[in-house]
Amino acid sequence: MEYTQRIQKVSVLGAAGKMGSGILLLTAIEMADQMLKPENKGKSFVLNAIDTSDEGLSGLLKYLRSQVLKAAEKKVVALRKVYADKAALIENSDIIDAYVLDVMSVVRTTTRIEAAYDSAIIFEAVSENQALKEKLFRLINENSTSKPWFFTNTSSVPIGGLNKNANLEGRILGFHFYNPPAIQKLVELITIRENPVEMVEFARKYASNLRKTVVPSNDIAGFIGNGHFMRDALFGISEAEKLVPNMPLYEAIYCIDRVTRDFLSRPMGIFQLIDYVGLDVVQFILRVMQPHMQGEKLHNSLLDELVLSGVKGGQFSDGSQKDGFLKYEKGKPVSVIDPLTGNYVDIATFRDAADQWLGSIPSEILPWKALVKVVEKTTILKPAFKALQVSTTKGTALAVTYALNSGSIARKLVSDGVAQSESDVNTVLLTGFFHAYGPINDYL
Amino acid sequence: MNKLSRKIYMAAGYNTISLGTGRKEFNPRVQRPGLEHYMKEAGQGVIAQVGGAQNIDESVVGNFMSSRFNKQAHLGAFMPMVDKGLRFKPSISVEGACASGGLALMTGIKSVLAGTADTVLCLGVEVQNTVKAIYGADILAGAGWFSKRKAGHAYFFPGQFSDRAGAYYSEFGREQARLGMARWFRNAIENARLCLTAQEHHNTVSDLEALALTEPNPKSFTEHLNVFDCSKVSDGASGIGVFSEEGLKRAGIAFADAVEIVGFGHAVDDITEDPPQRTVLTTIREAGRQALAAAGITIEQLATVELHDCFTIAGILGVEALGFAAHGEGAAFVAAGNTARDGKIPMNTTGGLIGWGHPTGGTGVHMAVTIWEQLTGKAGLNQIEIDADRPYGMTINMGGDDKTVVAIVYKKTE
Repeated sequence: MEYTQRIQKVSVLGAAGKMGSGILLLTAIEMADQMLKPENKGKSFVLNAIDTSDEGLSGLLKYLRSQVLKAAEKKVVALRKVYADKAALIENSDIIDAYVLDVMSVVRTTTRIEAAYDSAIIFEAVSENQALKEKLFRLINENSTSKPWFFTNTSSVPIGGLNKNANLEGRILGFHFYNPPAIQKLVELITIRENPVEMVEFARKYASNLRKTVVPSNDIAGFIGNGHFMRDALFGISEAEKLVPNMPLYEAIYCIDRVTRDFLSRPMGIFQLIDYVGLDVVQFILRVMQPHMQGEKLHNSLLDELVLSGVKGGQFSDGSQKDGFLKYEKGKPVSVIDPLTGNYVDIATFRDAADQWLGSIPSEILPWKALVKVVEKTTILKPAFKALQVSTTKGTALAVTYALNSGSIARKLVSDGVAQSESDVNTVLLTGFFHAYGPINDYL
Repeated sequence: MNKLSRKIYMAAGYNTISLGTGRKEFNPRVQRPGLEHYMKEAGQGVIAQVGGAQNIDESVVGNFMSSRFNKQAHLGAFMPMVDKGLRFKPSISVEGACASGGLALMTGIKSVLAGTADTVLCLGVEVQNTVKAIYGADILAGAGWFSKRKAGHAYFFPGQFSDRAGAYYSEFGREQARLGMARWFRNAIENARLCLTAQEHHNTVSDLEALALTEPNPKSFTEHLNVFDCSKVSDGASGIGVFSEEGLKRAGIAFADAVEIVGFGHAVDDITEDPPQRTVLTTIREAGRQALAAAGITIEQLATVELHDCFTIAGILGVEALGFAAHGEGAAFVAAGNTARDGKIPMNTTGGLIGWGHPTGGTGVHMAVTIWEQLTGKAGLNQIEIDADRPYGMTINMGGDDKTVVAIVYKKTE
């Protein structure tokens, strides 16, 4: 079965979710682009958007339409050529409207899993629940008219286990988009030995048509992205806990968040990143990973306590941030949770004292926003890290420890065989986490 | 043009800011002022300098596409909103694509020449940031023949002038052409930085020519032009008064504060035809020739020119069409700095369309305001030296792809 034939019948499970809707958008556009090729005239393309929530599916259509419109506006130069033979489509607005309609015409929303039985490709983006994933795969596989390929968006569950438990005969691989899929360039591709060659070839071609950067990851729980992030996050929380003799925990959380953002030129502090991903999601992924990581403790009691008390982070449907370790106003942290009371404490009440305790940031350190714009980053980063090393403030010492630990985590991913190379780990952090530099470097 | 039956003057010019990307005030997510705001500000700016609306006999509004950008036509009837004193007086709107402002001036001049008015308030206005650029391109494409829209580029006019640039590159060499266009861009931005109302007033880029030499990307834009070769999307208005001698007196304006209109040319070519030669702006050449002949002067007597640089290549081709450089030598002429503010013939001294901005229907009037400022010593930081033996200025305002051109020659008063 060729690429085009394979992509004519696709289903996305969990299509109304955050990841599912992005995957649906990208796939709908890719399918419409194939459909509009002259050689594919007359062929039908069907993309089932399957979700349990009717309300979610109706929201999905609105999201899809608005995003396809934006995509069409961006590529109208090319679209004018695609529609060159349609005499009635003259202005850009005519062509953009036609394209939006064509993409939308591919999509069928449904709450019925049966729709997937006719699909040749199943994208799975339901919640990180191994049992649920296996149940769905088994159901579809047993009822399918063909032998479909399963692409799971799991960020942590090992593929080999899913394959075995759902009896998929090697027709499953990990195709892990980063959030939000429409924007993030990175896809982690997790293959298993049993995968048919043409399935992996298809996955690579599909990723390339979506203009994604593919980083291969071996099938070890957490893969590269979460393999680094989970350990980085646990280290961040433990570093904050260590500061407690000097200050209250909420102040320590502020300090570590600031060090990881401002002293290390990262786009977000580690606590903000945990909030962004969701404390519950982090806890869940840690639980998925733990059984596979003997001799390593992937757990933090503070995280468990907060999730139990309902502090979960994550985003509202409009993209704004829910309260987590930090509380936000217009996207910026304004207060920090006091785990002892469950109340949030205004940063303004302790910022000066905390900043003074940390000490000033060496002038060689550029904020992340400025650093990402620099072409020759090494010329900035070498002296910047040198300055961190020679400085004697508490903030710079924390930053150095943190950067070294991040590097160790990254190197261990290579030595444990999760990543195939150091540069693959760096690529994941650069493209999936928007870091300005890879964790494996010779700056320290 | 027949000999002018009366002396004609312009004075009391006023520009709003040119709002769009580049101005610090511009935020595409926040609602911005509409047509009414710009017409009021520019209209009242002129009226305040003529002693009140009672001294204005008629109004003309130059506008290209408010019917699509703002879903609003019938702009002439907005003048009594600008000032109650204009109620029940004549007011019309005129359209000739990006030469609409020039046509407003021509209409005012002809009313005064006809003797039916002694003072005409000429406004030019356009508010274009109401739609995204990709839809604005559809609207502006109305300056071309709609039958050619289907085959045209998504960005229709940049596509037209990209074709002209491509022809110029192959005929005269790409590198020299790009250098000339880059210098044109640099001059435009440097002049605009001096001008408070210019869209590029806040521009701080250090190496402008390097930026201008960014390679064009045909996948997202045109084959031969990059975005820096193009004027931006602008909201703005300009106004100026056209007077007879009596009109000036009635308004209490001293001759020294006015410029005399000593010649004009107004030429159109067939909109359904492709340009006879892509590397020549034939209608600009003709209108410029008419205006200079009417004024009885040569280009050597011009102190400054406002040239319609909707694209850098239009600037280069315009320099050649007016005779400042031979065919194919315009790029080198510009690259050598001849059109810079301290050059042989300073052009677009407040930034032109690329630097000051291009609120399409307002541009022709903005050009006249700049020349009036320069010849009366009111150009502030933008002021260039006006030699006594070269007391003339000229505006070249183009509509469409060299289809409607208004050329006016101005003289410093004795």
